[in-house]
Amino acid sequence: MIKNPKLWLSAVALALIHLLVIGAGFFAPYDPTEQNRDLSMAPPMRIHFVDSRGHLNRPFVCPWVAEGQRTGPSGYVEDCSKVSALRLLVRRQPVRNGKTMLASLHLFGVDTPARIFLMGTDDYGRDLLSRLLYGGQTSLGAGLLAAGLSLSLGLLLGCVAGYFGSWTDDVIMRGAELFMALPWIYLLFAVRAFLPLHLGARQAFLLLIGVIGLTGWARPARLIRGVVLVARQRGYVLAARGFGASSASIVLRHILPEVSSVALTQAALLVPQYILAEVTFSFLGLGVGEPAPSWGNMLASLQTYSVLEGHWWMFASGLALVPIFLLFYWFADSLQGRLQVLGLSR
Amino acid sequence: MMSAVASRFAQTLLLIFGVSVLAFLFIDLAPGTYLEDMRLNPQISPRTLAALRTEYGLDRPLAVRYAIWLRSVARGEFGFSFAYNSPVWPLLKTRAWNTLILTVTAMMCSWLIAIPAGILAAARVDRWQDRISAVSTTFLLATPDVLVGLALLAFALRTRWLPSGGMHTLASTEMGMLAYMKDLLLHLVLPVMALTLGALPLLVRHVRSAMLEVLTSPFVLATRSHGISRARILFRHALPAAANPLISLLGVSIGTLLSGSLLIEVIMSWPGVGPMLLQAVLERDPYIVIAAIMFSTLLLIAGNLLADALLYLVDPRIRRTEP
Repeated sequence: MIKNPKLWLSAVALALIHLLVIGAGFFAPYDPTEQNRDLSMAPPMRIHFVDSRGHLNRPFVCPWVAEGQRTGPSGYVEDCSKVSALRLLVRRQPVRNGKTMLASLHLFGVDTPARIFLMGTDDYGRDLLSRLLYGGQTSLGAGLLAAGLSLSLGLLLGCVAGYFGSWTDDVIMRGAELFMALPWIYLLFAVRAFLPLHLGARQAFLLLIGVIGLTGWARPARLIRGVVLVARQRGYVLAARGFGASSASIVLRHILPEVSSVALTQAALLVPQYILAEVTFSFLGLGVGEPAPSWGNMLASLQTYSVLEGHWWMFASGLALVPIFLLFYWFADSLQGRLQVLGLSR
Repeated sequence: MMSAVASRFAQTLLLIFGVSVLAFLFIDLAPGTYLEDMRLNPQISPRTLAALRTEYGLDRPLAVRYAIWLRSVARGEFGFSFAYNSPVWPLLKTRAWNTLILTVTAMMCSWLIAIPAGILAAARVDRWQDRISAVSTTFLLATPDVLVGLALLAFALRTRWLPSGGMHTLASTEMGMLAYMKDLLLHLVLPVMALTLGALPLLVRHVRSAMLEVLTSPFVLATRSHGISRARILFRHALPAAANPLISLLGVSIGTLLSGSLLIEVIMSWPGVGPMLLQAVLERDPYIVIAAIMFSTLLLIAGNLLADALLYLVDPRIRRTEP
């Protein structure tokens, strides 16, 4: 029934992950910036099913209690004398900057004043699961939008270079070579170096998309140009030209459809690369800054040796990248396989 | 032959020129200037500021600044670092050397692993060896450099088997030659491992596909029918025939290694070009940024030239087509 299960499985899984991230407001139990200074660097909580008397119970969690002055894995102990049951579909009033906001619905939660941290907390006591979900909006969003930007630029320039040829082709392809002469991360650094350093989260997000998208056009442009060069010589294109079709309509109606599948495969390879670029930049403090979450700046606290040594749950956002990248590669791989069947790949 | 080399050389010079112009354009597009940042810096007196300004023409048009920069390149200074208050070249020299030590070691390690691994996967295509290599390269490909670097560092911190970060221990200057080398090697292990793991998946895949293409060609069948042993076919006949795309890859792999090493250097506090570039970006020190970018470009170009030269030496088919 389904011809290519790998393609569909990876596409569906990616769609689900993006849904989870887009719906962070519902799936995340807390606001990503809500701090709990008394519970900084608390390890992930365990969900219990069996209570102290050995009876099977509905799932519940035990709160962390600080043991002495230390924080960290050994600094907290579970206090199962006052348990709080896990509830589904709870309404909560988030607190942002000290102000109580409108109540919102969450997938799960516990009754206040108890709190639930299924992935632990960071140094400000912010819930890591919530930050992971909201941070995905930044990181995955930046990857997708930047890939869209650089791909549209690559499509435009690649089509123009391939279709019109002669000096336009020369100018555009020499430009592409110039951009590819630099190792990519260094190129990004070069552009980032001369842009303002301290920005709000939203501006930094847009700026990163712009920088990543605008510097990445060279490779897709070259690939697309190659496909256009072949497509230009096809019989139906020559026929259309013979019938007096304009260049614009030939490119849009006859050449773009042939290019689109190559472009889609390229997109599936570019997105993970650009997600990684955002993560790298935010990790180094040149991207989206605190307190807004991004998978990059969530890893930044690991640059402190004491955190790196004992707080394994801070790796969460880095580990989240692995399955997502795998899915993107599988998706690209099966698209590539389909192209080869259709005879469109090089 | 000579004309080909000459045109290649001219092309390279043009490319370097283009990159440097591009870098200067980026500075010019920047809103605000680093001069304002410097004015706030109490360590720079107004008089030095004025002197620097006239010497580097900081408020003159772009073309003039570019010409002044070219002159300082000719003097071997590569511009002036405002943060370090010194010409760029002496700063860059040691950093570039450290980065070279790291990347060249990592490159040798990754190729030394990738070639046998790729050959094994190609020789045992679709058997368990190939499957294992396919699965592990996919997972490595999907694992970001940041994660590998941090995980290795965490491992070193936990076990205390290896030094965590840096290039030397503090007392290294008083050591003898042998102890100094041993210290350096121990510090190299982690960053080289991180970089190798990052570069490996792509290399193994390329070696495998290049070997597969050769192994299915008629001449390999002919060697087999002559009764030549399997190992001899693989290493004596197939590998040289598959070398062509791999040598081109050698040039490209330098670029990916450089990009990877920037991040690994920062994570493992290796005193290379990467941390210097990051610091220069944060301190708005434009000439260091330009110098670091030029360095990376030069290294990439040198890698590609090296690959071309090797190709010419190794592949008789290319020499024959030359007029």
